Amino acid sequence: MPGWKKPSENSVLGKPTPRLDGPDKATGRAKYAYDINLPGLLHGMILRSPHAHAEIESIDASAAEKMPGVKAVIITAKAGDRMRFQGQEIGAVAAETIERAEDAIRAIKVRYKVLPHVVHESVAMKPGAPVVRNNDQTNLSEPNRTERGNVTAGFAAAKTISEGSYGCEVRTHLPLETHGVTCRWDGPDKLTCWASTQGVFSVRDELANALGIQPASNVTVITEVMGGGFGSKFGAGYEGVICARLAKAANAPVKLMLTRYEEQLAVGNERSGHMKIRIGADAEGKITAMEATIHGSGGIAGAGVPFPYIYPVENVKVEQRSVYMHTGPSRAWRAPGHTVASFLMECALEDLAIKAGIDPLELRLKNDPTPMRQKQWREGARLIGWERRNPRPGQGPLAGNGRYRRGLGCGAAIWGGGGGPGSQCRVTINRDGTVLVEIGVQDIGTGTRTYCGMIAAEELGIPLKSVRASIGKTYLGYGVPSGGSVTTASTAPAVKRAAEAAKKSLLEQVAPQMGVSPDDLECAGGKVFSRTDPAKSVSFKEACARLGMEGAVGNGTWARELQQSGVAGAQFAEVSVDIETGHVKVLKIVALQDGGVILNPLTFKSQINGGVIMGIGMALFEDRHMCQITGRMVNPNMEFYQIPGTMEMPEFVSVPFENPDATGVTGIGEPPVIPTAAAIRNAVLNATGAYVNTAPITPARVLQALADARRRG
Amino acid sequence: MSEEKNDRLESSNGDVSRRQFLKGLGGGIAVTGVLATATETETEAHPAPEPASASAVQRLRGKVRVRLNINGQEMTALVEPRTTLLNTLRDHLDLTGAKKVCDRGSCGCCTVLVNDKPVYSCMMLAVDAQGKKITTVEGLGTPEKMSPVQEAFVEHDALMCGFCTPGFVVSCTALLQKNRNPSLEDVKKACSGNVCRCGTYPHIFEAALAAAKKMRGA
Repeated sequence: MPGWKKPSENSVLGKPTPRLDGPDKATGRAKYAYDINLPGLLHGMILRSPHAHAEIESIDASAAEKMPGVKAVIITAKAGDRMRFQGQEIGAVAAETIERAEDAIRAIKVRYKVLPHVVHESVAMKPGAPVVRNNDQTNLSEPNRTERGNVTAGFAAAKTISEGSYGCEVRTHLPLETHGVTCRWDGPDKLTCWASTQGVFSVRDELANALGIQPASNVTVITEVMGGGFGSKFGAGYEGVICARLAKAANAPVKLMLTRYEEQLAVGNERSGHMKIRIGADAEGKITAMEATIHGSGGIAGAGVPFPYIYPVENVKVEQRSVYMHTGPSRAWRAPGHTVASFLMECALEDLAIKAGIDPLELRLKNDPTPMRQKQWREGARLIGWERRNPRPGQGPLAGNGRYRRGLGCGAAIWGGGGGPGSQCRVTINRDGTVLVEIGVQDIGTGTRTYCGMIAAEELGIPLKSVRASIGKTYLGYGVPSGGSVTTASTAPAVKRAAEAAKKSLLEQVAPQMGVSPDDLECAGGKVFSRTDPAKSVSFKEACARLGMEGAVGNGTWARELQQSGVAGAQFAEVSVDIETGHVKVLKIVALQDGGVILNPLTFKSQINGGVIMGIGMALFEDRHMCQITGRMVNPNMEFYQIPGTMEMPEFVSVPFENPDATGVTGIGEPPVIPTAAAIRNAVLNATGAYVNTAPITPARVLQALADARRRG
Repeated sequence: MSEEKNDRLESSNGDVSRRQFLKGLGGGIAVTGVLATATETETEAHPAPEPASASAVQRLRGKVRVRLNINGQEMTALVEPRTTLLNTLRDHLDLTGAKKVCDRGSCGCCTVLVNDKPVYSCMMLAVDAQGKKITTVEGLGTPEKMSPVQEAFVEHDALMCGFCTPGFVVSCTALLQKNRNPSLEDVKKACSGNVCRCGTYPHIFEAALAAAKKMRGA
């Protein structure tokens, strides 16, 4: 079976191509789950525990049930139930307007016996702290150990040993469209659900299972577009299931989208990670040993990071533990665990290099075995002007002596991004010369719909405007959930194979009429023509007109040879630090990312930019603040849970790094988010000599680290 | 009465037209007559004179019928005095371009033009929006005939998931209406009240500057 064409042979693929759904999105016509309006639509809302830890004594919803406009009330918790985090679900209502639903939620009377809570890692780890999980003795999990080689011998061989503590706080996903669905029953056991999800099929199966609907295909899940997920939106969730139940109880369609407050508390976050490490290097800068203990919290869920990260170390002893707390459970993230692992590893490496008196880039080149990243390190260094770097932290012409100090730093990324089996695509060539690509997979904003169309256009030699891509519906062929950057590598091969099959059918049908063998025909440049006799040529449209009523249909499934796994990335940051206020301004980010065969360089670049910007958020702003006194989140909103805005944007040099050996497509939604925070932290250190070892790098932390640096002299 | 094509993306919404939805609500574009299901007090809300004087204060309760000038059309909706302009647009008039994201004036995704100025529609009550000229993202262009700003957003991939896009399009439009030749810094400032989570900012800057250039005929 044919592989991907060389970039130079393409006429559609590999060219920067605006999105097919761009016009709908830019004009406000795109319909998200949040935008579905149906005749008689009701609005749902969920009642949640305001306490981090409490036992429910009683629930009285009678007043809510009698309120005007309230059509359904379902209480799922009962007296005696334990609430283990602020935001845990108790029940839900559906009412004629969202305002009345909110009134009804307020009218439900719940009496709680408030119990002692722990919402900070340091408190949860203390002996005698309230225990979060029923059968545990403490809030610390059993250790997860990674041990290899001989650490004692490794440290003995080291010339330099660096010790340090590093950490990252909990962050929330904050997709702009909150979690939620709009549900309509089309019969006693037939449900249509418009979902804001990263996985239409996983939502379908969860709904069918929770609601006892068989076959599962009686549930139709639709996600034409969705407003961001970043790892938090794979299942139907409490909100999906309760919405369907409310719709059944009220005998009317219901929309239930979470408020921002609920979104921040209950539907996912990225685990924290705090590490103590000893790491040693020999005279050459080769790492000889590392010994680390790591703990992190995913609230009532577990934690853990891939460690050691990226750089292979022969002699390793790593011990990791989860810390359980009375906070909402963590979920997958954009590169789950990797952003934290990168920060912990790259900070430790940087400090080791400084202590050893080696250029931090040199140390990385010595310890990084990946040929692709070796190229990226060198190209990135050239693009950022690494030679301008302050030779010693805080000292050099780039830093200067003024109020604003400049510095450079770097960090690396690694990811898989390969695909998996299961995808089923159908391509239909219609008699009018238009083409329909159908596959159930959702587009979470990465550009899936667009490359599906592009692949068919390329294969059939027609302009993209002749192709329509229908995706995001469970009544179409299976598509994978969008996680782990697997979507493109799982979907694109199936689309290509389906387009090839449709083309074969077209050529077989028109070959006899053209008096040639199908093998002699080719589609290109909007024509169907004979390779051997160019005089025998018709336009694509004419060829299609000769098809039977059914057109030409091709089905395709995943093909391993059209995808590949394993990408590398490197990033460099230039920052300016105001040493009077501690304010960090990112001036420039150079991001190099390879990604196999690049289908659409325009959306590829958007993914790099997007990852970097989320990385800036991690580096400087994002922190879920919990109050240990009240047990509540201090910033369950968007004014105090800050993400980067336009004024924080640096100059971007985002480089889709060509991989000349690539034969398959690879997903890259995740890797570009990984190294940014570490690169910024290392740049702050280079600029000022201040070791800010915890992200986010807030002004307070910078000032503290500056004071510490001065004290040390 | 014009029928919006709100099912462009695919037939999945095809069995629900905007007309059907609005009929069910007893609201919509000015032609709608009586309210079939009104069981509660209905008040006619009058546009507040500017500046409001104490004697002109109108006490509203129950449900109120608001008359709004949206995208050049007179529309009415039966809402509560506390109903925001955003909820009125989205839940009562099926104008869902403006997005509900924070619902408290910190994200900009619900930005609309009120008398040509960008305003967070979640921070304005529908009753207060009467007598004003309201333009939503839908009023700036259609998928078939996009405004220069919308066109530039598509061309430069200034959108990913697209949920922040309407707000940014409206903010950029407002900027270009008063500044034909903005700098990069001007664009950043004009959009500093909007946030994006996917990280489209660099492409939004490119799009706004390209649209300005195109609108100047340069």
